[in-house]
Amino acid sequence: MRLRIAKKETAGGWRAAAIRIISVLVALLFSGLIMAAMGFDPIAAYLAIAKGSFGSARGLINTVTVAIPLLIVALGLSISFSMRFWNIGGEGQMVMGAIFATYAAHQLPETTPAVLYWVTMALAAMIGGGLYALIPGLFRAYSGTNETLFTLMLNYVAIKVAVFLRLVLWKDPAAKGFPQIKAIPEAAHLPKIFGVHIGWIIALVVTVFVAIYLKYTKRGYETRVVGESERTAHYAGINVRRVLVGGVALSGAIVGLAGFAKLSGVSHVLSESIGGGNGFSAVIVAWLAQLNAPVMILIALLFAAMEQGAMGMELALKIPVSVSDVIKGLILFSALASEFFISYHVVIEKGPRALLRQYRRSGRKELQADTPEGEDQA
Amino acid sequence: MTDTKKVPAIAMRGISKAFASVKANQDIGFSVEAGEIHALLGENGSGKSTLMNILSGIYLPDSGEIDIHGERVIFRSPRDSMAKGIGMIHQHFKLVENLTALDNIIAGTGHGLFIDRAAARAKISALSEQFAMGIDPDRRISTMSVSEKQTVEILKVLYRGSQILILDEPTAVLTPQEITHLFQILHRMRQNGQAIVFISHKLNEVLSLCDRVTVLRQGRTIGTVRTDLTTTTELVEMMVGRAVDLSIDRPVVQGSGPCLEIEGLSVLDTSGVHRLNNVGFSLSHGEILGVAGLSGSGQKELCEAIAGLQIPSEGSIRFHGNEIVGKSPREIIKMGISMSFIPEDRLGMGLVASMDIADNILLKDYAFHKGPFIDRKAARTKARQIVSQLAINTPGIFHTVRKLSGGNIQKVILGREINLNPRLLITAYAVRGLDIHSSYTIYSLINEQKQKDVAVLFIGEDLDVLLELCDRILVLCNGEVTGIVRASDVTKEQIGLMMAGESLQEKEVVL
Repeated sequence: MRLRIAKKETAGGWRAAAIRIISVLVALLFSGLIMAAMGFDPIAAYLAIAKGSFGSARGLINTVTVAIPLLIVALGLSISFSMRFWNIGGEGQMVMGAIFATYAAHQLPETTPAVLYWVTMALAAMIGGGLYALIPGLFRAYSGTNETLFTLMLNYVAIKVAVFLRLVLWKDPAAKGFPQIKAIPEAAHLPKIFGVHIGWIIALVVTVFVAIYLKYTKRGYETRVVGESERTAHYAGINVRRVLVGGVALSGAIVGLAGFAKLSGVSHVLSESIGGGNGFSAVIVAWLAQLNAPVMILIALLFAAMEQGAMGMELALKIPVSVSDVIKGLILFSALASEFFISYHVVIEKGPRALLRQYRRSGRKELQADTPEGEDQA
Repeated sequence: MTDTKKVPAIAMRGISKAFASVKANQDIGFSVEAGEIHALLGENGSGKSTLMNILSGIYLPDSGEIDIHGERVIFRSPRDSMAKGIGMIHQHFKLVENLTALDNIIAGTGHGLFIDRAAARAKISALSEQFAMGIDPDRRISTMSVSEKQTVEILKVLYRGSQILILDEPTAVLTPQEITHLFQILHRMRQNGQAIVFISHKLNEVLSLCDRVTVLRQGRTIGTVRTDLTTTTELVEMMVGRAVDLSIDRPVVQGSGPCLEIEGLSVLDTSGVHRLNNVGFSLSHGEILGVAGLSGSGQKELCEAIAGLQIPSEGSIRFHGNEIVGKSPREIIKMGISMSFIPEDRLGMGLVASMDIADNILLKDYAFHKGPFIDRKAARTKARQIVSQLAINTPGIFHTVRKLSGGNIQKVILGREINLNPRLLITAYAVRGLDIHSSYTIYSLINEQKQKDVAVLFIGEDLDVLLELCDRILVLCNGEVTGIVRASDVTKEQIGLMMAGESLQEKEVVL
C-alpha cells in the first residue's frame, strides 16, 4: 500500500467551506491540547474567551473596537495581495497614517469644526500610508525589488520614526519632561454611535468600496489580471507598472486610514505602538477570507473576539493572554493546510501484490469471455 | 502457448486507466513487432499519452496486462520500464546544455565509482556510425542544432540498450531536410530489429515512414492497419469518427489595398544580439502572409514589435501609412491591430487562467467601456456569441479557462481577437498541439477573416499548412528574411532550405 497525492478535478463550494470550517476546529483542538499540556482546562478557557468577547455589552463594544483597524488594514492589504504584491508592511503604513493624521490635527486651529478635523486627518492619513507604500511599490515596478522584505523592513523604520517624534521632535513640553506627543484636540475625536466610535462606519464603507473596486471597476479588473500574469496584462495593453504602483498606493492609503481610525477613535495620542500588531494579524485575516471583502468582516470580528476574550480568560483563569496568539498561529497553519486539501486529495494506491491479484483475475475473465460480443454501435 | 508466430516486442492487452471520472484508456490493445515502426495516432485527448505513460512506467494501469518480448511485466516506475529496454524521446529534450554529448549520454548509467570514458566514447562512436548519426561525442550540447540534440537523445536511449523506442512528435521541431535524416536513422534502427513507436499528427509522415498504424479515439482502440493498405482519408475517418475534407481552402480575395509596410526592422535582445535584422515586407488587405522558420528565428519579436510590446532598435512599421513604432500597445489595439500568440504552455500570454471565459473576453474589451466600471453584461453576450460561433466545448461561459482543453482554450483566444473586428490579425501558432478537427475549424476562421478584407499574418509550424493556406510565405532564419515567395510557386523542400539559411533570391517574388 502506498499513499499518493493527486490533484482534485473539482472542489465544490460547500465542500471547500466545510474543509475550511473543519480546519478551524482542528486548530482549536490542537490549541486545546497545548493548553491541557500546560495544565489548564481548555473548555473553560474557550468559554471564558467567548464570554469575554461577546458575553456582555462592554465586551462586545471592545471586540468591535479592536476589529475596526484590523478590518481596515486587511481590506487595504487585500488590494496588494490580489496583485500578488506581498505587502507585509501594514504595520508601518498604519503608523505613517497616524503620524500624518497627528500632524494635520496639530496644524489646524483649535476652533476648527469637528467634521473638518476628521476629513483633513483622514486624508492626511491616507496620503501618509499611500506614500509610504509607494516606496516599495516604485522599487518593485522599476527594478523588480522583492517587496516582501522591503515592506517588512519599512515597518521598523516607521516605528522608529514615531519613537523619534515622541522623544525629540514632537515631545510635548507640557508633559513635564515625560516623553510623550501632545494629544489631538477633543474636537478631533471620533464620536460614538451604539457605544463604538464611528470608525466602524468607516470600516463598512471601505468594505463596500474594496468589494466593488476589485469586482466591478476597470482598475480592479486590471489589478486582478496583473496579479494573475503580468505577461498577459502586458499583451492586453495594460500598463503593468501604472497598475502596480497605483494599486500599492491605494492599498497603503487604506491601511493609513486605519491609523487615523485608531488615533482618533481610541488612542488620541500618537505613539509607536499605535499599529498594535494589526499590520501582521491583518495578513492572516485577508488570507483566511480568501481576499473576499465581506468575509473579512467576520474573520476580523473572530480575531478581535479572541484577543478581547483572552483578556477575560487571563482574569478568570490566569491563563496567559499569549495563548490567543498560539491559537491564531494554529488557525493560520490549518487554514494553509486546508487550501492543500481543497485542491488535492490523498489516494491510497494499491500495492504490487494487490495489482498482481487484479491482473490474474482480469486474465481469467478474459479467458472465460473470449467469445466476441457485438460492439454497441449507434 | 508458444506458436509459430514470433513474439511481439510490445503487447499491451485490455489496458484501462481512469482519472477520477475520466476514462482515459478503456480496454486498449496495442502490439508492436520487433523491427517495426508503428505509428500511434489519435486526436487530443484520445488516450495516446496515457497509454505511452503506462508503457514508460509513469502510470500504473487500473487493469490490463503488458508483455515485453513475451515476458509479463508490471512497471511501477520509469526505472522498471527502462530496465526492460524501453526508452522514450520526449518533445522537450532533457539534456544538460553545458555538458558534452558524451557526458549527457553516460550520465546516470555508471554503477562503479569511476567512469570509463574511453570505453563509453568507443561505444557511442560505434552506435553513431552504425545508425549514420554523425554525432561527435565531445561536442557541447549548447553548440548543437535542435536536430542534433534530438539525435543525442536517441543515442542516449540506444546507449542504455533500448530495444523499444517511443518518439513523441519528433518532427514538430525539424526542417524537412532534418526530418529526412531522422527517418534514415529510424530505418536503420528498424533493420537492426528495434521496435519503434512513432507519435505524430502529420499523416503524410506516418504513411511514408511507418509499417503499421494504431488509431485511438476517446480512449479506445479503433483499429490497427498496415500503412500500405490505407490512405490519409481513411486514417482521419478512424481518428475523427467520420469523413473529413482535408483540403484547406485558399479563396481568392480582391483586397482593398495595402495594410502593413515594414522596412529595415531590427530588434535587439537585452544582451544586444539581433533577434530581428533588417526585416522588410508588406501585407495587403484580404491576404494571408505566412511566416515560416525554425522556432526562435525571430517570429516572437516580429509579432511583439508590431503589437508595440517590443521597441525596435531600427526600422519603421507603417499601418495604413501611419508610423506605429513608439505607440503604446493599447493605442495599437485601438487602431485595429489584433495579435494572438499561443506560447508553448498556451496560457501564459493572452488568457488569465483562473478567470472564467466571460472575464477573459473582457480582457481586450473593457478598455473601450465608458466610465470607471466594466460592463459585464456586454462581455457575457459576447462570450455566449463566441462560444456558440466557434463551438467551444464548455459547460458555460462562467467556466474557468484553466479547466478547458487545449483546443478550446485556443478557440477562446482566437474568438476574442476576431470579435474585435481587427483590420490586421496576427496569429502565431494558432493550431499549436491541436488535433485535426480543431485545426481545420481554425483555418476556416482565418479564411473567413481574409474574406472580410482583413490582412492576416499567420505564423505557423507546419509547412504543409502554410503552403495550402497562405497566399505568400515569408521565411525567417536567425532573424533575417531569407525569402518571400508565392505559396503556389514553391515546394516544401525550397522553404526548408530557406529556413536553414539559404537565400532564394532568384525566386523571390517582389510585390
